Amino acid sequence: MSPAAPAAARPPFASLKRLPEFLVIWVPLLISAGHVVTFALWTTWMSFTPSTLVPADGFVGLRNYNAVLATRNWKIAFDNLLLFGSGFVVLSLSAGLILAILLDQRIRGENVLRSIFLYPLAVSFVVTGTVWSWLLNPGIGIQKLVNDLGWTSFRFDWLIDRDMAIWTIVITAVWQSCGFAMALFLAGLRSVDGDLVKAAQIDGTGPVRIYRRVILPTLWPITITVAVIQLQFAITTFDLVRALTGGGPGIATQLPALVVYDFMFQRGNLGRGAAAAVLMLLVLLAVLLPHWTWRAIQNRRAARG
Amino acid sequence: MSALVIRDLHKRFGTTEVLKGINLDIDSGDFTVLVGPSGCGKSTLLNIIAGLETASSGDIEIGGRLVNAIPPKDRDIAMVFQTYALYPSMTVRQNITFGMECRNVPKAAQNQAVERVAKLLQIEPLLARKPAQLSGGQRQRVAMGRALVRDPKLFLFDEPLSNLDAKLRVEMRMEIKQLHARIGTSIVYVTHDQIEAMTMATRIAVMHQGEVQQFADPDTVYNRPANLFVARFMGAPPMNTVMARIDAGAVVVGDIRLPAPEAAAAWQGREVVLGIRPECIAEPTRLFGDGSAPIVITAPVEMTEPTGAETIVVMRLGGEKVLGRVAPDTRLANGATARFAVDTRKLCLFDPQTERLIA
Repeated sequence: MSPAAPAAARPPFASLKRLPEFLVIWVPLLISAGHVVTFALWTTWMSFTPSTLVPADGFVGLRNYNAVLATRNWKIAFDNLLLFGSGFVVLSLSAGLILAILLDQRIRGENVLRSIFLYPLAVSFVVTGTVWSWLLNPGIGIQKLVNDLGWTSFRFDWLIDRDMAIWTIVITAVWQSCGFAMALFLAGLRSVDGDLVKAAQIDGTGPVRIYRRVILPTLWPITITVAVIQLQFAITTFDLVRALTGGGPGIATQLPALVVYDFMFQRGNLGRGAAAAVLMLLVLLAVLLPHWTWRAIQNRRAARG
Repeated sequence: MSALVIRDLHKRFGTTEVLKGINLDIDSGDFTVLVGPSGCGKSTLLNIIAGLETASSGDIEIGGRLVNAIPPKDRDIAMVFQTYALYPSMTVRQNITFGMECRNVPKAAQNQAVERVAKLLQIEPLLARKPAQLSGGQRQRVAMGRALVRDPKLFLFDEPLSNLDAKLRVEMRMEIKQLHARIGTSIVYVTHDQIEAMTMATRIAVMHQGEVQQFADPDTVYNRPANLFVARFMGAPPMNTVMARIDAGAVVVGDIRLPAPEAAAAWQGREVVLGIRPECIAEPTRLFGDGSAPIVITAPVEMTEPTGAETIVVMRLGGEKVLGRVAPDTRLANGATARFAVDTRKLCLFDPQTERLIA
């Protein structure tokens, strides 16, 4: 082979060989991105039109937004979102972290327990919601079980209590997803250098302080990632509430996604539904944009070494 | 006084015994290196000394005090880890003061101690940084600072240089040795690198299969290895070991006769293993030590490896492969027979059965 042969002399059709890779990766990516973007744009457009049952042309400015923001339904949904979002994220992270720390003690049967804690993630939200709606139903669930066991004055009727019903959604969502947080935290704990713990022991630290000062600070990046994923889930929650409380009692457990559904398909007001959907998108961006910025800063810092 | 005494120490994991009766008596101010191949139990031994693992049986005394039941923090020790084990979320200063913080040392005394150590190790400009912002050598220094600040009875080093690149390793080796000379505290240092052991130690404990094979000063370990394992482990390239026979005051390898040490008389007519360091086989014009004319042998050359400062020669001696070290300007042709001077003062003879040093 002559040394002058150009390096670019690849066999012909070399790029054809990679065609399947391009098809497999890019086609679905473009289609789904196209869907998401197209519908997001279409929804945004709809939110500025006087559409009701069917899409209509015309421009009404922020009229739909003002209308949505003025409804009691939206206000309750938004308050619920704040309560549910923060309660769910905090409790699910704490439960996940506690489970991870307990599992990290090199206990027997760890694999089995880990699978058990992770399993709820494999169940669809509708199933979770339905099953928990039975469990929490005072007439057939936990309350009845305890009552039948003899403690007849026991009351656990949050599901039908206007003020407490939102917490049943928190409990159910935490049950469903704390295993996910646990799995990520456990991976983080396992990646902590064992010498760190030894060094801390020689420095004279007790187990509590080792966790608080040495091990847990290394989990910050994981915590933030998990929190953002959970928040994202909280903001878009629909099926869980739909199956568990249906937004009730009354509208006590309304969430934004249910409001969107309500406007669009129950009341036949496409314009207001779209406006509510765009408001949800804005909330979502309020969470995601800072996270993306933070990640970008972290990456740049890591690249600089 | 003894800084550290280890008496009949055993460690078992289930049915496998990783430490089989260790006995060591380390003098105050000594730089003791525990050296051995991976899996020999040296790190386990260090962890047991630190109190991070418990022994199955046996006693450990630090500074004359029995510490078997005393937790690591109260053993008056400090440890430097292979991975440095710097707390990633703390600054260098916090890393160094964390131990004092745990022991409730007053803030003023903490600052004073940090200044002293930072100055000693020249890490003052790094105090405000996080470990992730440091280079390997800097982390190593900080890890030593964290140990030094404690002013303990005993320093424990667990392969502290093995994560550094070759050049930095040599520099840090010197620094640790100088540091020891300056502060004079006893050190127990674990490594698998026999060169680290030779260059830094005042005493070397060679470990293999959970036992101390030899515990002596570097010179003795190198020149009078207690057994074949030590002979073959220490030195780079290691000691040549060839089968030989004792005959009328001579060690006979093939058709070569070398004067045997007096103690070999009892082995008259029997097989022994001859140990000879590569540097004891040199170019024929070399004069060893006392200036008398050396014994000259002839051997076929198989290969040469020039290293710049010297040339390693692979030759055949009594049918076995043997290494010699000759001056770099020596002309040797592969396959030709050449003459070599042999330093017979440093021959070692081993019992082929027990593998122990005879003479």
